[in-house]
Amino acid sequence: MAKSEATPVFASGIRLDWRQAGILLTLLGLLTFFILVPIARVLWVSLSDGEAGLTLVHFANFFRRPLFRESLWNSIVAGFLVVFFGSLIAIPLAYLSVRYDFKGKILVNTLATLPLVIPPFVGAVALQLILGRSGTVNLLLMRWFDMSIPFMEGLTGVVLVQTLHFFPFIMLNTAVSLSNIDPSLEEMAQNMGCHGLRLFRRVTLPLMLPGFIAGCLLTFIRAVDDLGTPLMLNYKNLLAPQAYLRITTIGIDDVDGYVICVILVVISLGSLLVARKYLSLSEYATLHQGAAVARPVAGMKRLAILLFCGVVLSVSLLPHIGIVILSFTKVWSFSLLPTAYTLDNFTEILFRAPHFVKNTLLYTVLAAALDVFLGAIIAFLLIRSRVWGTNALDAVATLPIAIPGVVLAVGYLRVFHGWDFPGLGAPLTSTWIILVVAYTVRRLPYTVRASYAALQQVHISLEESAQNLGANRLRTFVRVTLPLISGGLVAGGLIAFMTNCVELSSTIMLVPRIESGPISYGIYIYMQSPLGRAAGAALGVVAIVMVSLGTYLTYRVFGGRTGSAFRV
Amino acid sequence: MPAGQVRLENIGKRYGDIWAVRHVDLEIAQGEFYTLLGPSGCGKTTLLRTIAGFISPDEGAVFLDGHSVNHMPPWKRNLGMVFQNYALWPHMTVFDNVAFGLKERKVPRRDVEPRVMEVLEQVGLKGTERRRPSQLSGGQQQRVALARTLVIQPRVLLLDEPLSNLDAKLRQEMRIELVKLQRDIGLTTIYVTHDQEEALTLSTRIAVMNLGKVIQEGKPRDIYESPRDRFVAAFVGKSNLFSGTIIRSLDGLLEIHTDEGFQIKASPPPGYKHPADSRKVLLYVRPEAIDLVESADQPPKVNRITGRVAASAYQGSLVEYEIESAGRIIRVNETNPKGKPLFQRGDETTVTFAAEDVGIVSE
Repeated sequence: MAKSEATPVFASGIRLDWRQAGILLTLLGLLTFFILVPIARVLWVSLSDGEAGLTLVHFANFFRRPLFRESLWNSIVAGFLVVFFGSLIAIPLAYLSVRYDFKGKILVNTLATLPLVIPPFVGAVALQLILGRSGTVNLLLMRWFDMSIPFMEGLTGVVLVQTLHFFPFIMLNTAVSLSNIDPSLEEMAQNMGCHGLRLFRRVTLPLMLPGFIAGCLLTFIRAVDDLGTPLMLNYKNLLAPQAYLRITTIGIDDVDGYVICVILVVISLGSLLVARKYLSLSEYATLHQGAAVARPVAGMKRLAILLFCGVVLSVSLLPHIGIVILSFTKVWSFSLLPTAYTLDNFTEILFRAPHFVKNTLLYTVLAAALDVFLGAIIAFLLIRSRVWGTNALDAVATLPIAIPGVVLAVGYLRVFHGWDFPGLGAPLTSTWIILVVAYTVRRLPYTVRASYAALQQVHISLEESAQNLGANRLRTFVRVTLPLISGGLVAGGLIAFMTNCVELSSTIMLVPRIESGPISYGIYIYMQSPLGRAAGAALGVVAIVMVSLGTYLTYRVFGGRTGSAFRV
Repeated sequence: MPAGQVRLENIGKRYGDIWAVRHVDLEIAQGEFYTLLGPSGCGKTTLLRTIAGFISPDEGAVFLDGHSVNHMPPWKRNLGMVFQNYALWPHMTVFDNVAFGLKERKVPRRDVEPRVMEVLEQVGLKGTERRRPSQLSGGQQQRVALARTLVIQPRVLLLDEPLSNLDAKLRQEMRIELVKLQRDIGLTTIYVTHDQEEALTLSTRIAVMNLGKVIQEGKPRDIYESPRDRFVAAFVGKSNLFSGTIIRSLDGLLEIHTDEGFQIKASPPPGYKHPADSRKVLLYVRPEAIDLVESADQPPKVNRITGRVAASAYQGSLVEYEIESAGRIIRVNETNPKGKPLFQRGDETTVTFAAEDVGIVSE
């Protein structure tokens, strides 16, 4: 995200710049303390020789261990596979939804949102019931053909679950790029005699590349970062679960855990840098705001499209179906469908252990509010102030996109553990506040981005005329700026809210006590025992409802531009 | 009505190493319609925004009614500004846009509505108060922007190229309305434009600016009829410029030999004194002061140059000619062409003009 070069000359007086500089410094300090310091601490531990010196011996050790080498390889391969298979689903869907108009198009658009509303680790459990070794499908296969397919075993299972969950990121971003392509660019190519697949390869594909790459990057980072799915599928030979296991089983002082964390960050940052090269190209696709026209389709072509969408949709829906069934189940084991149904699971989670739901609402709403507040101020400084140092602020506020949740959590444990936080009388990590902090930090880039985009649409003269008519800076912000960017703020806040509802990778490490855990933690705990699985599923249904609500509201606020909310 | 006297003292504003404006001294009296005229990038908008308080000068001071306002924020200056893009708030209705300044001034609620309705009627927008700015035409938006500033009864009205986004016909109408409105209210107005015709029609006084400096200040007629230098002569109206050398002075007429080889007689204004150390001089002749005649035998005026018609454009009320002679183009406007011969491209012709119509400016 580049600072706008065309920043209009802004008003008067040294006095005010000092005030802005003060806010900027405060924010930089805050973000440094909660983002840079923990990361630096992790890096330091991985490089420290125990005394004052630096050493690479821990990294050498990492590469000496076959398990770690395999995990690194698996993580990268899984990431690429998810991107590859996700693209196979996403590109046709994006192209269909932007370029064609046909009856049943709503199906395609539903596809883009369905997977977003179910947390991947919840989907993992549900898929296991249906596609697992003793799941419905394999039971049928055994009965009919005396064979089974190991859909959910090992890496295959992880890639399958993640592909089904993450392909909308690629689809939404690609669709945004596609719809921004000025039709005249393709018409010109047709005019020169280029058409069909050749036109797609030579003109359309390069032009939609920025959005596509952005989606791939997001998917790759999320997949490598994902801790819940491998844990639920009990496949541990990946970097994220390895880091988690080292820290939780061996202890907070185990150096290997930190080395893995650093490698995770390097992978994320590395892919971000590689993708940046393509992202910077995003300008030329949107030179003109000519909306691409959707062509009507009917007959056989439409049938083929609907068939393709139908297959993808039904597979994507499997986790949802599975989790809903499981939540009403008394027993579901080694049978095609559950043998007995009950409402007990919902009684359990809503009345006997209601704190999971309550905590989630408390933490996510707090974090979303903080994110909106910080995001609005940061975006305002980035666009409207001429204070030196806004670039640093931009960089630090965007950094969490590339910081895996596990890494941030490890950093927090290391920095705050055993150190009484001023004014709290206890370490920050022993209270639920640390969860709010982690949630706020992890989703800050989204609200900054959303506010930034909204504020860019507000011409400076709208604020100047308010000041000219007698409104001071604060009144101007409240009466003019804020109402104009409120859409962006709400959308950013909603995204923060719904993604935090199902955040697991830092939650699982930072929850101080079971009673302070949010939904994602509750699901994880319930799922540990076969008897608790149904209650966990009921919690999963609650999570799905919350996220669906968030997604729906985001669509209402953002309209057709939802894809841009998920951009890197 | 509050007073509205503006004084700029040695104003300078720098961006990096570039001075956007420098050494500007202006004094604008109450009730004037004062125009800052110049090409884009000349610093006129910077100057206007300095007066409004959006830019704090690096040098000098702005005085409103005799008091320095350098340290007064924009919202305390009580100056009404109309922006080039109107800057209407899209999230408010027309009524709320206009009422904004009144609410900021804590005007009692029961007074707000009558005042808003009164000013909306004044600008001819009664009945649109419930609409959003996006539902109005360009001209209507312009009026809302104007109403929004008029309703707060500002000390001075600041207009930043307010007509540049309107089509030609609407611009003409608004120009007339603006003058009527301003003269009726007697409001001091500072107007920024690059359109010399607009400046000449509207203003009581004009400051012509270039490269961050005020080149010439004066009444429209003075600016047009006695431009101070080459820039003003060329920018305000059209001019044929000739540089040359004074050959002699005879009977109050200067005889000049131009670089192209024309002999031109000029009658300098009373009191004209040419610098003693140089015989070089820059002349200008307005296109409308030049006549075209078919034959060179009996030219009606003292100066004559023979040439060939390079282009002509008939516009009804006038014909624009470009006459080529000695390798350069001379522009000629024949006004009221009815009954006069129309020259075609390639025709031989003679341009002729009086000595009194030749102006002398410094380089």
